[in-house]
Amino acid sequence: MVSMEEYGKFETAWCPGCGNHAILACLKQALAELELAPHQVCIVSGIGQAAKTPQYMNCNMFNGLHGRALPVAQGVKLANPELAVVAVSGDGCSYGEGGNHFLAALRRNVNMTLIAHDNQIYGLTKGQASPTTARGQATKAQPGGSPSEPLNPVALAVTMKAGFVARAFSGEKDHLVTMIKQAICHPGFALVDVLQPCVSFNKVNTFAWYRERCYKLGEDHNSADWDAAMTVAMEFDERIPIGILYRNSRAPFGSGMPGLEKGPLALRSVNREELVSILAGFE
Amino acid sequence: MTETSINILIGGEAGQGLVTIGQLMAKALIRAGYNILVHQDYMSRIRGGHNTFAIRTGPDPIYAAVEDVDILVALNAETLELHREELTDRAIVVVDEAIDCQGMNALRVPFKELAPKPLFHNTVALGVLGASVCNDVSILEGLLHETFHKKGDEIVQANVEVLRKAYDWVREQEFDFTCMPPPPENPEPAMMINGNEAIAMGALAAGCNFLSFYPMTPSTSVALTLISKGAALGMVAEQAEDEIAAINMALGASYAGARSVVTTSGGGFALMVEGISLAGITETPVVVVLVQRPGPATGLPTRTEQGDLNLALYAGHGEFPRAIFAPGTPEECFYLTYRAFDLAEKYQTPCFVLSDQYLADSYRNVPRFDPDLPEVASSVLEPENPAEYKRYAMTDDGISPRAIPGFSEALVKADSDEHDEAGHIIEDGPTRIGMNSKRIVKACGMWHEVVPPEYYGEEGADVVLLCWGSTLGPCLEAMESMKDHTCGVLHFKQVYPLNEDQFMDFLEGAGHVVAVEGNATAQFARLLGQETGFRVSSFILRFDGRPLTSWYILKGLESII
Repeated sequence: MVSMEEYGKFETAWCPGCGNHAILACLKQALAELELAPHQVCIVSGIGQAAKTPQYMNCNMFNGLHGRALPVAQGVKLANPELAVVAVSGDGCSYGEGGNHFLAALRRNVNMTLIAHDNQIYGLTKGQASPTTARGQATKAQPGGSPSEPLNPVALAVTMKAGFVARAFSGEKDHLVTMIKQAICHPGFALVDVLQPCVSFNKVNTFAWYRERCYKLGEDHNSADWDAAMTVAMEFDERIPIGILYRNSRAPFGSGMPGLEKGPLALRSVNREELVSILAGFE
Repeated sequence: MTETSINILIGGEAGQGLVTIGQLMAKALIRAGYNILVHQDYMSRIRGGHNTFAIRTGPDPIYAAVEDVDILVALNAETLELHREELTDRAIVVVDEAIDCQGMNALRVPFKELAPKPLFHNTVALGVLGASVCNDVSILEGLLHETFHKKGDEIVQANVEVLRKAYDWVREQEFDFTCMPPPPENPEPAMMINGNEAIAMGALAAGCNFLSFYPMTPSTSVALTLISKGAALGMVAEQAEDEIAAINMALGASYAGARSVVTTSGGGFALMVEGISLAGITETPVVVVLVQRPGPATGLPTRTEQGDLNLALYAGHGEFPRAIFAPGTPEECFYLTYRAFDLAEKYQTPCFVLSDQYLADSYRNVPRFDPDLPEVASSVLEPENPAEYKRYAMTDDGISPRAIPGFSEALVKADSDEHDEAGHIIEDGPTRIGMNSKRIVKACGMWHEVVPPEYYGEEGADVVLLCWGSTLGPCLEAMESMKDHTCGVLHFKQVYPLNEDQFMDFLEGAGHVVAVEGNATAQFARLLGQETGFRVSSFILRFDGRPLTSWYILKGLESII
């Protein structure tokens, strides 16, 4: 049995009431319920308030650079397929600075999970528009309102036929735990976009704002149906669906790649005989 | 210049197959026992343009490319025009009979008559060339078998027939060309390999098993060789979405126990710089293969330069140690790349192999590489007290035992933020000082392991040519050609850090010290001055995108001494 307590308790630098607290608790609970011990797990993050998550967990971690959680996480997983790899970062990090990496990760389909803490604002740098900030929403850096159309990360992921696409809300903890568990169990790239309030800098998308709008997808939603998935993925106004929007069984990256089927790279040593024969090929 | 050598230049458009002709001819010469050195010059386009593949060959060692052409294989008329000024007095020209030779000493080849289809024109050209340099037809026949056997016996036989017809045709011609002196009897078996292939093989010998890269000329063939040759050794390779992803992916893999490499050129490396800094603070080993081409920005994409030393030297904000190797030959590419992995793993910091387009594409004959190099320093999988494990534990030499996540209950916490011994984020001054000092102190160990520069020639010579990386060959040849002065060559194959105990005597004992570099600002001479206080005041610099040659150096020396 693995208990949540093994993942430790730390003092955080997050504001009271921040959605990050719930996401952290749910992540720990999901890992414990999946019977994953801390040394079997690697949390990778970029930069931002959400990216501090692995600092508050007792497990393997690589806290890297802004926007770069996904390349690092994929590298970790490719080097050791036996580790459970979860990237954790905010909307700015995952969809802005790391936008190209997000697109490539959806295409590549490495067996890992991205939990994007999506509060529709930049928290660490104190309140500028993020890629998911609504058009027209005023901030200190965009006093006339954010001029750009917001990115819809789940719709983008569904468009690209990502393996697993879910949306969750930090106020629905049991549901969030289920989403994270399913994402980690999915054999391929899994996105969990988690709506969460930024209590200090986003006065529009508050806890109450999300609470009012979020509703759970019922059993009538067929997550294998791409058209149905696109419809719910595009719904982000008075009503916001949460749950598994889309799921398919694309083979994960590396299936059939001989280099990846021999287990962790750390356990390999040079096959000198093979090397001699490769060198002989130059004669 | 070696009188006994000849310089064969094959010129034509991209897509005409001149590289295939060149590679087979070069290998045939090696098998006959000759030395070779190839210089490739190509334009940044897929088809058309003017490209050349030059093979300098002879029975004596060959150090560098030359401008003079003894045999010009012109696959089109443009080649004749562009290279007529370079032809030596004894030169012959090999061209299609349809091309006007303007009075040049020429072998006008009836391609249509000798080959059943245009597909075989390359084989005709190869046969004519082989016969012209008196290469035994059986050697080229053997190579055609090796090259085409996968395509079936019919293709092999058709090519062999064309080859023989071309040989027979040449024997019937009257033309004036003296073959090279015979090669030594029973030559040692030699490999034909270029700089980039040798770097890839050095990486494989060091146990490199993870590559992430974004293709960029002239580095791409390092990645392609790692992929094609490394497959049998379990290499995991991924073409990343960009260079930023490539370096970060390599660091993730390295953290998780892979031995990682990234391959790029200056423009790509410029994007990787934030990742180098990340490697520095997280103390994650990675080897960067930086194959230089002229910049800034896109520069001359397919030409050569040594302009990125400063970039490699200063890449990454903050302070952390690094080592930079600059091989001068394919052998050095192999052994120094292995060395870069060993140091990167041992000191847990980024290390560089700095090559350039000239060396990258330059095939040479080299003795077999040693496949039994000692195992590279490696990490611990299961620390003695997993519960107590601290990734950044303080040690006297700054090297913390590096555990790999997932193999024991030890938790491995790597952090781009300043951190304590356990990898947790901190902001207090004393811990910061401790951690930064711990990283920097690793440089002391690295300083004691610097690969010394090599001195060639007479000590205390009138002139010492100071060089690094691929300029070694041209400098050696210039040294041998100097008549009125004694000359030495001091070649640095590790350009950072520098250990002045290893070389100051050579510099201080010299008459003139002349820095010979493929850049406009003498980046290495400046670095040397900064590190040692030794001021170089004479320079021979080349930055037109072409490699240094002994002719260029000797001409430069005229105004210096």
